[in-house]
Amino acid sequence: MTQAGTADAANVPAALEQAGAGGPAPVRIVVSYGFWIFLLSDIIMFSALFATYAVLSAQTDGGPTGHDLFELRTVGIETLCLLFSSYTCGLGTLFLQHRRTQAFYGFFALTFALGAIFLGLELHEFAGMVARGAGPTRSAFLSSFFSLVGLHGAHVSVGLVWLAFTVAQVAAKGPRDFVMRRLQCFSLFWHALDIIWVAVMSLVYLMGAR
Amino acid sequence: MSNSEQPDREFSGSIGAYTAGLAVALALTAASFIVAQTHLLWAPGLPVGLAVLAVAQMGVHLVFFLHIGSGPDNTNNVLALAFGVLIVTLVVSGSLWIMANLNENMMPASAIMEMQR
Repeated sequence: MTQAGTADAANVPAALEQAGAGGPAPVRIVVSYGFWIFLLSDIIMFSALFATYAVLSAQTDGGPTGHDLFELRTVGIETLCLLFSSYTCGLGTLFLQHRRTQAFYGFFALTFALGAIFLGLELHEFAGMVARGAGPTRSAFLSSFFSLVGLHGAHVSVGLVWLAFTVAQVAAKGPRDFVMRRLQCFSLFWHALDIIWVAVMSLVYLMGAR
Repeated sequence: MSNSEQPDREFSGSIGAYTAGLAVALALTAASFIVAQTHLLWAPGLPVGLAVLAVAQMGVHLVFFLHIGSGPDNTNNVLALAFGVLIVTLVVSGSLWIMANLNENMMPASAIMEMQR
């Protein structure tokens, strides 16, 4: 089987090769597939919190509503930060694949800075809300709001730590195959966070601020 | 991905793809903010409009940033994504449906307390 496979490798029709006859997939493909499965499970966890928020968003118990609390200017800046950090993360990964290490460091420093600005703005927003008496204990709406947006913020925090570790690995070990695979996983994680933020921005802030 | 005979052409092509994705995502974000803050859309249709824009932007992110495409080595990723979308749809729409139904049919808490007395 394997001998026949190698002997005829050049003659295998393209369709058959796609069906797996070309042998096992390269490690890079398998690793990113496994990480993609993890990301989807993460997104499913978020979907439970989105459902909770959607159910409870009107239950304000006489307290402040989204219209009173949300500032769309801050949300706009946060959105731009995450979007551009996704872009710089992708470009940084590309540059490292082409062995332009200095450009990689530059773009990843930018990614880190944008992520940190996002996190700072979010923490500032949370602190302001708690100071106004609109903490997570005020109403069901605010409990679900802090769970959902806070979990996304926690993901961004973990992402920033992971980013620092990845850059340190590139600095210490160079762009070897396994370092590149880890970088690929980080990149997927960071882009997935941006996708979740799009849902948060639309469902929580834009619909809530009306 | 980077295993090409002409790395430079592929390189600039990928940068172009990222930039195109960024431009489309920026346009969709701007559209969401404009639609939410003006009366451009018929007010009761606003949630649907925002949802459409959000789904479109997620699609742009998936294709341009996460590279979930139609390539032969991508079939598994697309199938997993389809399954994920199915589960997310079930969780979200199922929760909303059940909770709206309960909210409609259950007595207010005060009335239940009254009966238990």
